[in-house]
Amino acid sequence: METLKFEYRGGRPCNPAQASALAGVVGSGNLEILVEQEPLNGACAVEVVTAAVGFGAIWQAVLDDFFARHPLADVRISINDVGATPAVVSLRLDQAVNAFLGGTA
Amino acid sequence: MTQSYYEASARERLAAVLDPSSFQEILPPSARVTSPHLRQLDTPAAFDDGIIVGEGRLDGQPVLAAAQEGGFMGGAVGEVHGAKLVGLLERALDTRPTAVLLLVESGGVRLHEANAGLIAVSEVMRAVLAVRGAGIPVIVLDGGQFGCFGGMGIVARLCDTVIISEEGRLGLSGPEVIETTCGVEEFDSRDRALVWRTVGGKHRTLLGEAGELVADATAAFRAAAIRALALTPDLSLEALEREHAALGQRIERFGDCHDAVDIWRALGIEAPERLPLLEAADFNTITAGKRA
Amino acid sequence: MRDWNTQARNREARLARAAHLTQGKTVEAKDAAALLSAVLEPGDRVCLEGNNQKQADFLAKVLAGLDPARVHDLHMVQSVLALPEHLDVFDRGVASRLDFSFSGPQGARLAKLVAEGRINIGAIHTYLELFGRYFVDLTPRVSLVCAQAADRAGNLYTGPNTEDTPTIVEATAFKRGIVIAQVNQIVDSLPRVDIPADWVDFVIQSPKPHYIEPLFTRDPAQISEIQVLMAMMAIKGIYAEYEVNRLNHGIGFDTAAIELLLPTYAESLGLKGRICRHWALNPHPALIPAIEAGFVESVHSFGSELGMEKYIEARPDVFFTGPDGSMRSNRAMSQAAGHYACDMFIGSTLQIDLGGNSSTATLGRIAGFGGAPNMGSDARGRRHASPAWLKAGREAREGRGLMPRGQKLVVQMVETFREHMQPAFVERLDAWELAESAGMDLPPVMIYGEDVSHILTEEGIANLLLCRTDEEREQAIRGVAGYTPVGLARDKRMVENLRDRGIIRRPEDLGIDKSLATRDLLAARSVKDLVRASGGLYDPPKRFRNW
Repeated sequence: METLKFEYRGGRPCNPAQASALAGVVGSGNLEILVEQEPLNGACAVEVVTAAVGFGAIWQAVLDDFFARHPLADVRISINDVGATPAVVSLRLDQAVNAFLGGTA
Repeated sequence: MTQSYYEASARERLAAVLDPSSFQEILPPSARVTSPHLRQLDTPAAFDDGIIVGEGRLDGQPVLAAAQEGGFMGGAVGEVHGAKLVGLLERALDTRPTAVLLLVESGGVRLHEANAGLIAVSEVMRAVLAVRGAGIPVIVLDGGQFGCFGGMGIVARLCDTVIISEEGRLGLSGPEVIETTCGVEEFDSRDRALVWRTVGGKHRTLLGEAGELVADATAAFRAAAIRALALTPDLSLEALEREHAALGQRIERFGDCHDAVDIWRALGIEAPERLPLLEAADFNTITAGKRA
Repeated sequence: MRDWNTQARNREARLARAAHLTQGKTVEAKDAAALLSAVLEPGDRVCLEGNNQKQADFLAKVLAGLDPARVHDLHMVQSVLALPEHLDVFDRGVASRLDFSFSGPQGARLAKLVAEGRINIGAIHTYLELFGRYFVDLTPRVSLVCAQAADRAGNLYTGPNTEDTPTIVEATAFKRGIVIAQVNQIVDSLPRVDIPADWVDFVIQSPKPHYIEPLFTRDPAQISEIQVLMAMMAIKGIYAEYEVNRLNHGIGFDTAAIELLLPTYAESLGLKGRICRHWALNPHPALIPAIEAGFVESVHSFGSELGMEKYIEARPDVFFTGPDGSMRSNRAMSQAAGHYACDMFIGSTLQIDLGGNSSTATLGRIAGFGGAPNMGSDARGRRHASPAWLKAGREAREGRGLMPRGQKLVVQMVETFREHMQPAFVERLDAWELAESAGMDLPPVMIYGEDVSHILTEEGIANLLLCRTDEEREQAIRGVAGYTPVGLARDKRMVENLRDRGIIRRPEDLGIDKSLATRDLLAARSVKDLVRASGGLYDPPKRFRNW
């Protein structure tokens, strides 16, 4: 297991449809992503707990692209991962944020 | 296309079975009540520990509901998971809902926290009986990918009724456990047709262990759950003795059968080998009045 | 004076040695070893029918059990090494030389036997090459084949899994070789004759029916939403744009997803009747919904697929069936069709390099090629035109002042990472190291980059036809290689430029809403759904059931 932390600044304040949203399941090749509104001085904080050790650089790249797509401020993103591929991670991130902002589960 | 109950996640199932937007989760993922054991064992935890509990409405009636997520550790019961389930059942004694729905999907006790899980399952059993004793029906929905086995298999049978799909499975020891214990000649767990013929929803319905067989669709489960709200179970001693007698007769009637198909034939069902291919509605028509 | 008839007289001598074992052409199973010992001579070139699916398993077992003091140094020529017995023959010293196409499940043991010097490999072929050599310099002296049934005269009925049998028997029988067939049953009259009796010397009823592997059944339950997304991209970005009507699919879940999206997504795009009408393809159960929806006009098959028999018989307008109703497949014919008569091959692979070369070779395994290279290569001998072929050829040659000609679409469809985070894109294929360690002449490349027209990943489609320099080609590949090290090392500015020019296209460039890429888009989400779609005609093997 490995815990990775990332922080992004320069995002825009958002108006979420719900205080928190969850996407995905903690199962093999999958992950769960919890998105919550939280006052973080404008930051978007991401914490990843992953069973696949040694992929920090890939997480960084995936999350950089995610933040470019969704520049969020005052949002905490918490991830429990069981070896999901970057494609699945990106998909779940988009699903979680859409649920968070759009209010659909 | 209809929404498959088998494919849906626990959260999707709850959303589809209960009245729209009626569900209020207790201890949601943001509460982060996770397993204290898994992290120590270097194993990923889930924010809800693989079970969602809360209250909502079904056909306008207030209900409590729990849903196990098979995708997380096969829905196995750990300490927190079990405590959330026990807490929900005990809450029923206070809030007196019309019913408690258990959307089960579990391989049994979580091996990583076996002692805590075993205790939790026994507490769940006691709590189920207390809720039933208070006159509140406990309704099981079983149609997930991991079925319902081990301690949760016992829990399911302690409830008032089990609504099951053909894809759903119900049993004590899972197929792999039986094969490991008794040998592949006794039970070939890779013979999927045999597995479903033996522990699948149709056989469980014919044996009387499940109350209703439904199609693999969230809407079908919802409709059956609404029907089950009207159940008025007979909890008298006489009813209990009748049930015991019937179980005793079951071993006499079917003890010589080598395969589920032999039992179906003994139940007087014509051409029993076609049963696995039948859709739920046709199955229910053909087997009506011919259950053990 | 030179004797011009040595082969025929040698044949007569072999038959004479076996005469006491036969009644007519029939030999008892218990005498099978005696028969093989009698007709085989050391050093013989022997074709043991090892197909992609059906196996002459009884004869394989008998051959592997022969006394190596009597029968040795056989030269095995066979398309597929599927069974342990196919290698036991070498392990026990009965055979020593091998020419083959594909070794799938036996790949690791084959590599070990080669390393130990127990097997001398002549060459690893594609199917058509090997079949071609049966008629040139690898003609079998003795062939051990497999059929569903024989009549008393020795006519053979292969059943739907005809596969390699006609090719093997033709090469052997017409060069004075000896053909021995194992059959599941001997009957008075056959449903149809697939191999005439005078091409067959001996028939043995095997103690058990021959084994057939259900190799082409893909359970829709295992198709991921990423694969659904990629299938949407394939349909909208390639099938529709090139009007692909004649094609072959690989056997993976990626292409099964495309098959299952035809009646839903492709239909919604108005593509019925405009794409996917003619196939060189085994009867994939996943194709049932598309057939039922009216997409498919014809399917010719290399082999059959277990459980599809009744469905095929009930759809004779689509499949090639005999007067008896059952399918006749033919691997050589379908491979030729896939090579020359199809506009597109699309399939998956394990590794792709920066040149677009792809390989399924992994260290410690000699897996061979099978049929993908025949399908997945431009047919340089093709002359007839079609819209897809012309458009691909135009794109590849535009602005270069070249003689106009067409080109086949060869699409490699891969997720950027396989399971366990193995990247599908690499700087250097493992095939190089395998070639060095196994002493091969060349790295075993499944599909050469020069034949690849498109690479499709979850990140996008790279159209290699439009690339004009090696550098553009490399960046086009990096530009769809996702977060693999190859993908992360892209030149971002150049990749954006390629995107502006339509050489790289993302899902959003194709107008695809990624949030629609869910399993709900599949026309069947389970094997049971496939049975339903077939009206109960498809009878899947029990390992694929959950009922």
